[in-house]
Amino acid sequence: MAAERKTKLSKNLLRMKFMQRGLDSETKKQLEEEEKKIISEEHWYLDLPELKEKESFIIEEQSFLLCEDLLYGRMSFRGFNPEVEKLMVQMNAKNKAEEVEDETVELDVSDEEMARRYETLVGTIGKKFAKKRDRANYEEDENGDMKPIKVKKMFLKPQD
Amino acid sequence: MAQAAAVAAQSLAPGKARAARTVLDQVVLPGEELLLPEQDAEGLGGAGERPLLLNPGARSRVRVVCGPGLRRCGDRLLVTKCGRLRHKEPGGGGGVYWVDSQQKRYVPVKGDHVIGIVTAKSGDIFKVDVGGSEPASLSYLAFEGATKRNRPNVQVGDLIYGQFVVANKDMEPEMVCIDSCGRANGMGVIGQDGLLFKVTLGLIRKLLAPDCEILQEVGKLYPLEIVFGMNGRIWVKAKTIQQTLILANILEACEHMTADQRKQIFSRLAES
Repeated sequence: MAAERKTKLSKNLLRMKFMQRGLDSETKKQLEEEEKKIISEEHWYLDLPELKEKESFIIEEQSFLLCEDLLYGRMSFRGFNPEVEKLMVQMNAKNKAEEVEDETVELDVSDEEMARRYETLVGTIGKKFAKKRDRANYEEDENGDMKPIKVKKMFLKPQD
Repeated sequence: MAQAAAVAAQSLAPGKARAARTVLDQVVLPGEELLLPEQDAEGLGGAGERPLLLNPGARSRVRVVCGPGLRRCGDRLLVTKCGRLRHKEPGGGGGVYWVDSQQKRYVPVKGDHVIGIVTAKSGDIFKVDVGGSEPASLSYLAFEGATKRNRPNVQVGDLIYGQFVVANKDMEPEMVCIDSCGRANGMGVIGQDGLLFKVTLGLIRKLLAPDCEILQEVGKLYPLEIVFGMNGRIWVKAKTIQQTLILANILEACEHMTADQRKQIFSRLAES
């Protein structure tokens, strides 16, 4: 019964979306192949040998910027336009920026100074993270520095 | 002049290509063919002329950049402008060759900063005259902080300092007033007043050279502001009209002066 009905339906009808749900996989594949054939036959291409671009060792560049390290084109002198003056220094320093940066890194805070500063901070930060009960243990000494007082816990014998 | 004539006679001899290295800082003429250092040995051929190579075994070809005034034609290097051949030693590769020429006509080049005059407003673009063969287009969105709702305040006749993003021989040049990060960096409409004048393209490059004494001297005179466009336009502004005019005259005149003459003029100006 089923085979008979399938032969009656036209191909165009079978290709419709709602018809494909009921189709079995074999007929589906057939339809797809036929469709591919139609598409590939419609495609056209130039019958030419493949172009091979020779690698060139000469690069064309029409800008003078690359050739002569020209300065930035906006300038201001003796404070006529402070904005432009700032910009001018910034743009013209770009070439030398890398060298300058290295120096500034060294000029910052030295390791020793940093260590000294954090030394005083240990107590303060420690107090912040301590629980309320423990906070009383941090006492301020004369310098205002925080110092944890260690109380050794031991067993206390109850009195009868 | 005699040198130029001799060069012309030499270069017009048919089929004679000269090595680029031997004509550095000499006059070259359009149509001449240059040989790069790697091609020397092949081009000159003769065993007697072959230059001594330091390590003939490891002759890997390096990339060479040919700048303005030169053109690549297949594997050959041709000269398209007359002027002096210049060379810059590279960090890596074969370096940069270009022709240092004198000309007044500007041809838009991608990446160049130029001064343009707004000639028309049409829809969402401005037409900007930059001195090239056709006006450049400038989108109203290509300004710092511009949105569809918030249009930049640009009128016909305003001066624009901008940069080319599209510039080739087949297409209309296109300008922008922002860099790749979207910041203005000094580009945009140039302020009120001031004086715009035109000089040769060679003078602009001379003034913008990093070791230019003229600008350093000029900067000591009085407070002033200058904008240089690679298209040969200079905009100057000082406190008074008289100072502005003096400035414009100095910049125009210093093109063909020797260092001594310049020194004289600046000392005379400093006195007055």
